[in-house]
Amino acid sequence: MGWLGPEEWTAVALSLRVSFWAMLLSLPLGIFTAYALARWTFPGKQIVNGIVHLPLILPPVVTGYLLLLTFGTRGPVGSLLERIGITLAFHWTGAALAAGIMAFPLMVRAIRLSIEAVDPRLEQAAATLGASGPWVFLTVTLPMILPGILAGAILAFAKAMGEFGATITFVSNIPGQTRTIPSAIYAFLQVPGGEGAALRLVAVSVAVAMAALLVSETVSARVARRVAGA
Amino acid sequence: MLQVRLHHRQGAFTLDVDFDAPAGITVLFGRSGSGKTSIVNAVAGLLRPDTGRIVVDDVVLLDTETGVHLPPHRRQLGYVFQEGRLFPHLTVRQNLMYGRFFAPRGAPREDPARIIEMLGIGPLLGRRPGLLSGGEKQRVAIGRALLAAPRLILADEPLAALDEARKAEILPYFERLRDEVSVPILYVSHAAGEVARLATTVVALDDGRITRQGPAAEVLADPMVLPAGVRAAGAVIVARVVRHHDDGITELDAGGVPIYLPRVDQAPGQPIRLRIAAQEVLLAREAPQGLSALNVIPGVIDRVRSGDGPGALVSLQTPAGVVLARVTRRSVDTLGLAEGVSCHAIVKSVAIAPEDVGAGGR
Repeated sequence: MGWLGPEEWTAVALSLRVSFWAMLLSLPLGIFTAYALARWTFPGKQIVNGIVHLPLILPPVVTGYLLLLTFGTRGPVGSLLERIGITLAFHWTGAALAAGIMAFPLMVRAIRLSIEAVDPRLEQAAATLGASGPWVFLTVTLPMILPGILAGAILAFAKAMGEFGATITFVSNIPGQTRTIPSAIYAFLQVPGGEGAALRLVAVSVAVAMAALLVSETVSARVARRVAGA
Repeated sequence: MLQVRLHHRQGAFTLDVDFDAPAGITVLFGRSGSGKTSIVNAVAGLLRPDTGRIVVDDVVLLDTETGVHLPPHRRQLGYVFQEGRLFPHLTVRQNLMYGRFFAPRGAPREDPARIIEMLGIGPLLGRRPGLLSGGEKQRVAIGRALLAAPRLILADEPLAALDEARKAEILPYFERLRDEVSVPILYVSHAAGEVARLATTVVALDDGRITRQGPAAEVLADPMVLPAGVRAAGAVIVARVVRHHDDGITELDAGGVPIYLPRVDQAPGQPIRLRIAAQEVLLAREAPQGLSALNVIPGVIDRVRSGDGPGALVSLQTPAGVVLARVTRRSVDTLGLAEGVSCHAIVKSVAIAPEDVGAGGR
């Protein structure tokens, strides 16, 4: 990557790291939330559904500010985490949290759709054959929703790569710590002669997004073929 | 042995049944909406009835009085669904072995090789269900249920989604199941032919209640239990193959009465069950002469039922068992057919539908 300057390269590496962890850590919770919303009835389901979707609707700056209030060093959750040695504010882990929360609704939607497409009668059949609830999920539901999980994960990754508003509000724009690709592009555009660097980062963004899409299409087509029984 | 006692209300529908299912196939028989599937689902644990008690071989699956309600996965049953419900992401082999993986260590296990051989699914093992025909899917579904080491097999209209040719392909497998596997089978059907071929015991249902229950030949001899009414009436006769004649006719013996059928694929000495549709039976007071029909069964009339229409249903006690004949009320009057009168039932060999002839057994 000789054509990327050290500062640009740092932004790319940071973005990949932030997005990867944002995707990976939100995946179990995403699958659980999607399953609960698709299959269970419980009081307050609509409220949970609303909270999950809120980051999609709210201005990202608002989400970022709410994160700062909650997870900042003086925030109720942030101060607790600080005591056990986890710092989020103005730290790359905070960027991952912001990206994960902003991408969460997209991930849950994709997984929820695939769970709703699974015929519950297959799960019943598995139960009559002796599989308990967790086994039914592991051996029937999970393999069948794999394409949806992949799609949701990659969508979340791509969204995390592009997250700007909540990130810059919550963790600011610190080079090497919280300056992800979008923040870096913004910063380069603020200084004279930064257009070249900005353009190179734009190219990287487009390439990463395209690659993510292609990988997801290929993998989920293969998985879908296997699930469909061909 | 399965014992079922259930009471369940669902909207305006009330299910209220009490029956035993001994070894062999017990058919729950009745029109759609009579509660057959609800009963099977309650036995499987997929439906929780208001009150009831279900026991299989001394194991209590459900007892609302003592609060026992085993979840489906702890009931150790094999359920063959109408639509197969094979797992699309697993191969046929993995589908077959699915239940076996969860079966308790001590459970009596069927030998997979024997079941695969019996169902003729050896060549399919590496495939996925998406590429199987309807008949093949249903055979795999039967194998999957059997290999789960079940205490009881449930089958909810397993042939209903298949065309006639595929039905004819699967029916013999259920006959073999009845005759070769020791677990009781609870089988839901609304097709008279299927019941006649498979049932050891029949539980006839109407609107959530049992109208008749008992050994198959006994219950089916009563035309009133049939969901389609007298039009579908027909008696079941158990016979034994005597010999195959050179002209393509198979000779059977039913309680000393010879019965001739177009070639049947069973070896001499083997038991056969056949259903003689009441529509196809003629009655004569005298032993007929110069007749092309090969089967003449002598007997004594034990009941004549007339409805509002022009038809009447005559049941005849014969050495071969009960034979039903559907004739007109006019014939009943002219021939003087009444209880205690002896007469002859005449059946053309070719009038006995091939799908109404099957292996005998219990």
